[in-house]
Amino acid sequence: MSVVRRFEHGSRVPGWDESVDLEKAPAEVPGVGGSPSPAVPEALRAEIEAHMANYPDRRSAALPALEAAQRVHGWCSPEALEQVACVMRVTPAYLDSVASFYDMLETSPVGRHSVYVCTNISCSLCGADELLEAFLAAAAKDPDGEREFNVRGFECLGACDIAPMASVDGVYVGPLSLDDAAQVLDDVRAGRPVAPEKQLARKLVADPHANSREFPLHDAEPAREGRGA
Amino acid sequence: MSAPTASRRVDGEGGPSILLFADIDEPGLATLAGYERRGGYSSLRKALQMTPEAVLEQLKASGLRGRGGAGFAMGTKVSFLPKGTMDKYLVCNADESEPGTFKDRELMQKTPHMLIEGLIIAAYAAGTNRSFIYIRGEYVLQANVLDAALVEARAAGYVGERILGSEHSLSLVVHRGAGAYICGEETGLLDSLEGKRGNPRLKPPFPAVQGLYQGPTLINNVETLSTVPAIIEMGGEEYAKLGVETSTGTKLVSVSGHVQRPGNYEIELGIPSREIIYGLAGGPPEGRAVKCWFPGGSSSPVLKEEDLDVPYDFNSLAQAGTMLGSGAIIVVDDSTPILDVAMKTAKFYRHESCGKCTPCREGTNWTVKMLERIDDGEATPMDLEIMASVQEHIIGNCLCVLGDAMAMPIGSMIAKFKDEFEAHMESARMRRGLNGSAASDTALEAQGALEEPPGTLLAHQPGGEQAPGAHDGAPGTHRGGV
Repeated sequence: MSVVRRFEHGSRVPGWDESVDLEKAPAEVPGVGGSPSPAVPEALRAEIEAHMANYPDRRSAALPALEAAQRVHGWCSPEALEQVACVMRVTPAYLDSVASFYDMLETSPVGRHSVYVCTNISCSLCGADELLEAFLAAAAKDPDGEREFNVRGFECLGACDIAPMASVDGVYVGPLSLDDAAQVLDDVRAGRPVAPEKQLARKLVADPHANSREFPLHDAEPAREGRGA
Repeated sequence: MSAPTASRRVDGEGGPSILLFADIDEPGLATLAGYERRGGYSSLRKALQMTPEAVLEQLKASGLRGRGGAGFAMGTKVSFLPKGTMDKYLVCNADESEPGTFKDRELMQKTPHMLIEGLIIAAYAAGTNRSFIYIRGEYVLQANVLDAALVEARAAGYVGERILGSEHSLSLVVHRGAGAYICGEETGLLDSLEGKRGNPRLKPPFPAVQGLYQGPTLINNVETLSTVPAIIEMGGEEYAKLGVETSTGTKLVSVSGHVQRPGNYEIELGIPSREIIYGLAGGPPEGRAVKCWFPGGSSSPVLKEEDLDVPYDFNSLAQAGTMLGSGAIIVVDDSTPILDVAMKTAKFYRHESCGKCTPCREGTNWTVKMLERIDDGEATPMDLEIMASVQEHIIGNCLCVLGDAMAMPIGSMIAKFKDEFEAHMESARMRRGLNGSAASDTALEAQGALEEPPGTLLAHQPGGEQAPGAHDGAPGTHRGGV
């Protein structure tokens, strides 16, 4: 009769209770399904550790860490969660619970470039629903659209003064016409600045009393914009 | 107009008072050198010469009320923090997610040092030594600008150990969110900042007693903190002379929707709302009239055109049955069906409800479903009453005010546009009834059946069985049939 092998702690599952020990050294935190600790890219590990150093409690770094991992992996994949868990010394399940709460953290694979079209009330009064349709249609025409673009309607992005607008890889552009949609996607694919003349960064304040002098439109610094800047 | 030497302008010197937006588009204002050229950080030097208690007195004397939505007196809030040497925190709420609001975005992007200076002064008054700016993740440009400004401020000795040689030390971290409306709610924000899902907490204990990492925490909006340097420069009592007695100072107002010049405007509190919507923002497009407007973001009960002369300040708007909220005016013109406005509003809150409290989680969902029923022609006038009662059952029954934030505007729309809801309901029912029959739309349209005035169908007859001729003829009598 074969004897079922048990580990020291009495379980047949290795590390079943250790995974919840948040104080353990990173190398000992088992990955999903008891796999050995995943190799974390050095740059990602350094970035997450820098974030953790900012807070009295390292768990505060969950959002910036997940955002960093998403930048590397494209979405919060099990592998990405495992790597963050490894560095932060928390469980992947904990990170999954966090990632599933926030709109900007993707829990399934998405296109490389995010195109958030604001469809909240102010923008929709100015035609945002039609703009979203135009973006979706333009992305659908692209044979590679699904891998390239993550076009989605988004709640208020806080730029109702340029309604209807979109946030393209973090760069706010508006007001966009329906014809702009295809152009914007072309710009993204070509790696050009998106609709440079319509970028929020170049917009002056609307209040006529704010500026006592005439200031020229100062050039935005596109290099500082966007994810990963 | 000649260029003023001081960075701020008070009424009587050629135009309305401008404290926050003074020459805000000046190139280089976002850099430390540009900000200091305009007298930046002199308020901080002045504050550090005073005792923390004296700074707090100035804040109290200014009558400054929080600009994030609740309108709580800032000085009082600071004084709620316990004295002593425990770890205390200051968190700047830059998670500007209230639909229609975009004032903090403009401030952070164009004059980040004003926020940092105000934050340091507030931390000094409150005796906190750790601070965070929680900025929404969508504001990539603004967070980058803040990060760059923070590096400069640290290098110049404004942030860090023993600021400018004083006993006061402060650390400051810019923390980026990841897209959740609820994280603008103060306790949800704290949970999110602790690295959790952004679920609101039970209050009390209030954050001033037990907040971030269980320590006493002061939470203030970007605009509130950005106003602090002006208050220290002018003196609290001078500042209190601006605006009206219960709502002092200037306020940034974000105007959007159906207006010709949407954008941010700095106004003195207490001016007529009409002056903002028509005078500054240009009013609705040619030939259109204001149908309704949200005075303080999509969470505030709507007002109608006849309310345009209500003074724009905290108390006057409260008397008018609504609120100043975050200072975001959304104008809806008469070309938009009220149902569309209600639907957009309700769907937003349904999406953003965190799901912790049942009245909010279920109430927002059912409100959307009932609005869809109206649009699909499946509703009866009773549904409006049920929908109104759902709103009443949400208000005050949740941990935070997200549910209330849907219930208040939806409730006000049902109350103020009841006729239109009923008309929409009836015309949708009629359309549905006709589509259900064998006759085609176009044939019936030719008979003029679709042009019938709405509100004439018998309510108790199910829409699907409604025959085109079965009117009782008298508009408005259908309610008696229920």
